[in-house]
Amino acid sequence: MNGLQILILLMVAGFGLAVVLTRDPLHLAVVASFYGILLGVMFFLFQAPDVALSQITIGALALPLMVLLALAKIRRTERSR
Amino acid sequence: MKPAARLTLFGVAAVTFAVIVGSAVADIRPNDWYADFVNRVTVPERQITDAVTAVNFDIRGFDTLGEEFIMFASVLGVALLLRRHRDERDGPPRDRAQGRDIPPPSDAVRILTVALVGPVVLFGIYVVAHGQVTPGGGFQGGVVLATAPLLIYLAGEYQSLCRLAPRWLMESAEALGAGGYAIVGAIGMLRAERFLENWMPLGRAGDVFSGGSVALIDWTVGLEVAGGFILLLLIFLEETLVRRDPA
Repeated sequence: MNGLQILILLMVAGFGLAVVLTRDPLHLAVVASFYGILLGVMFFLFQAPDVALSQITIGALALPLMVLLALAKIRRTERSR
Repeated sequence: MKPAARLTLFGVAAVTFAVIVGSAVADIRPNDWYADFVNRVTVPERQITDAVTAVNFDIRGFDTLGEEFIMFASVLGVALLLRRHRDERDGPPRDRAQGRDIPPPSDAVRILTVALVGPVVLFGIYVVAHGQVTPGGGFQGGVVLATAPLLIYLAGEYQSLCRLAPRWLMESAEALGAGGYAIVGAIGMLRAERFLENWMPLGRAGDVFSGGSVALIDWTVGLEVAGGFILLLLIFLEETLVRRDPA
């Protein structure tokens, strides 16, 4: 394992904690998106570019988008009550 | 559940998990024969230079078929959950929250997003088409393709989005993609005896048209994933923008 790999593993561990500690769902969408990019970089550094591509498209893009859309839906329903 | 009980439950679960994972990790021995085998076999046997695609769509192609139907079923589930109820009717597609008009996107955002649509579509098609040559493939390319309509929406062109990617078209794309995978496999059964057996010319390793039916499967997966994701986007946007009043 080289230095970069150890660094990215530590970062993934740290930001994983940050994702768990983020309580506001709106903030979570952004933090989780960044965490998704980090995971993508980690997969890339461990020589799994296929998984890295999937991770970036899903973790950094589709997941936060779904969270945001679901939040928009929930807030709108609450407001109309 | 009280905090103390919750903490106890977590403690027990965490220790059990740590013991199981620890024993499993301790049991791992360096054994690379499978990776070596796959790396040795994919180019001469299938003319595929990306071993991951060879595993996904050929060696373990049947598993991927199952995974694709998992995605198909999830999109179907969302569509079913968020369907229009019988006692609701549609209002105009805009947010009617009082005193909170949504400002139109700025010119900079509009120019940037509209300029990005073309390159994103091209890149998505590139990733799908080169699945058997370089990392990527139908799944990743499909998600990249699905971001193009999102960009159109971000540019403030919800109506253009509905015109360019109508729901019936995305539903057909998803269904065609999911069914196409099974059909490619079934043709393999008819022409070469086994399900998902290769039945197309293999081409030369490194070319865009190589890998035989794996390339075709790549396209069906791309179609399915792009259609499914855009469908999800359309359903959620409709839920958010179109007001549904109880009739």
